[in-house]
Amino acid sequence: MSYDVHIWLNAAAFVGAGLSMGLGAIGAGIGEGFTAACATSAISRNPEASGEIFKTMLVGQAIAETAGIFGLVIAMMLLFIENPNPSFIRVAVFIGAGLCMGFGAIGSGVGGGFPAGEACTGIARQPAMTKRLNTTMLVGSSICQTPSIFALVTALILLFSDFSAHPLFPTWAAVLGAGLACGIAAIGPGLGDGLVAGACCSAVARQPLAATAATTTMLLGMAVTETTAIYGLLVSFILIFKTFPATNALAPAMALLGAGLCMGIGAIGPGIGEGLTARSAVGQVGKNQDNSAELVRVMLVGQAVSESTGIYSLVIALVLIFVV
Amino acid sequence: MAIEGADIIKAAAFLGAGISMGIGAIGPGVGEGMAAAKACEAIGKNPKEAGLLTRTMLVGQAVSESTGIYSLVIALLLLFVV
Repeated sequence: MSYDVHIWLNAAAFVGAGLSMGLGAIGAGIGEGFTAACATSAISRNPEASGEIFKTMLVGQAIAETAGIFGLVIAMMLLFIENPNPSFIRVAVFIGAGLCMGFGAIGSGVGGGFPAGEACTGIARQPAMTKRLNTTMLVGSSICQTPSIFALVTALILLFSDFSAHPLFPTWAAVLGAGLACGIAAIGPGLGDGLVAGACCSAVARQPLAATAATTTMLLGMAVTETTAIYGLLVSFILIFKTFPATNALAPAMALLGAGLCMGIGAIGPGIGEGLTARSAVGQVGKNQDNSAELVRVMLVGQAVSESTGIYSLVIALVLIFVV
Repeated sequence: MAIEGADIIKAAAFLGAGISMGIGAIGPGVGEGMAAAKACEAIGKNPKEAGLLTRTMLVGQAVSESTGIYSLVIALLLLFVV
């Protein structure tokens, strides 16, 4: 068994690249498949609009692809990265960055497919609204990509930070935890945002008069859904930028790794739940915009309660980092 | 690097606390979101009963929240008591 640092760095970079591209391909694949399925049934329903539907499908799939391309970029960087000052911390950095981008691309990829699919279905139903549907789809699926952009930013910061002055124990756990916190936390909000944006495209096609009210509700609902991804970003920034004292014990390292896992996994549920709530609210605003004030109020209350477990996770993660 | 028994137990407790709260947050998050989604649909169909529906939603969510609070309690026990 060899302990040469260069061999371990190469091995870790290759594992990280595999994780980044492999996990990163899941979301975009499912999302774009959903879009294509919707486009196919839309064309069968209204073959005369096939040109517009085909165009919208391609544009929507291109946006859903972004998350997958981020995964490819990080994988390429890991394959060809230089190691100016090799240390064993970089082993954890490479695997952390790969996990971060890989998990981070799942939610946004799947989510980005929903608005594109619903826009295709909507064009078949209401060809006169093609322009408005395209705009709503572009806005909605771009916002869906934000969690994956958070993951990209975290992965890039991990790769380009200089950790050589930090002690190996427990910094290795901090960088691995940072990648997991931001990456896994992006899954739920990305998926939830997609549900909301999809409902908005469907509402615009069903009831063009309510388009403005539905879009406003969509933006508000997506913003609240996004919060747990921001908690994940916050925890991973703390783990990256805080300097932890050197220690030989295992417990401090496991506390940092536990903090990352806690925030990452804890953000999945609230992200999906808040997305489900906002999806129904947007759908009902589309049906009858006179009720929109009441619906937005109930939506925000429901989302706030659903958020609570995400806040518990944030609290436990911060306690693990700062208190114990 | 010498790892002692007490250190391993503490390390496991910290990791366990993180996993307990993290995984424990998935169910209540999704469940409460579903309850709120159905409340929005019901209010859209019948806006006059908004007060009653909001109350029912909140009570249902509070019950659904309980497992999340159990996870929090277990995580805090693992961090500070065990």
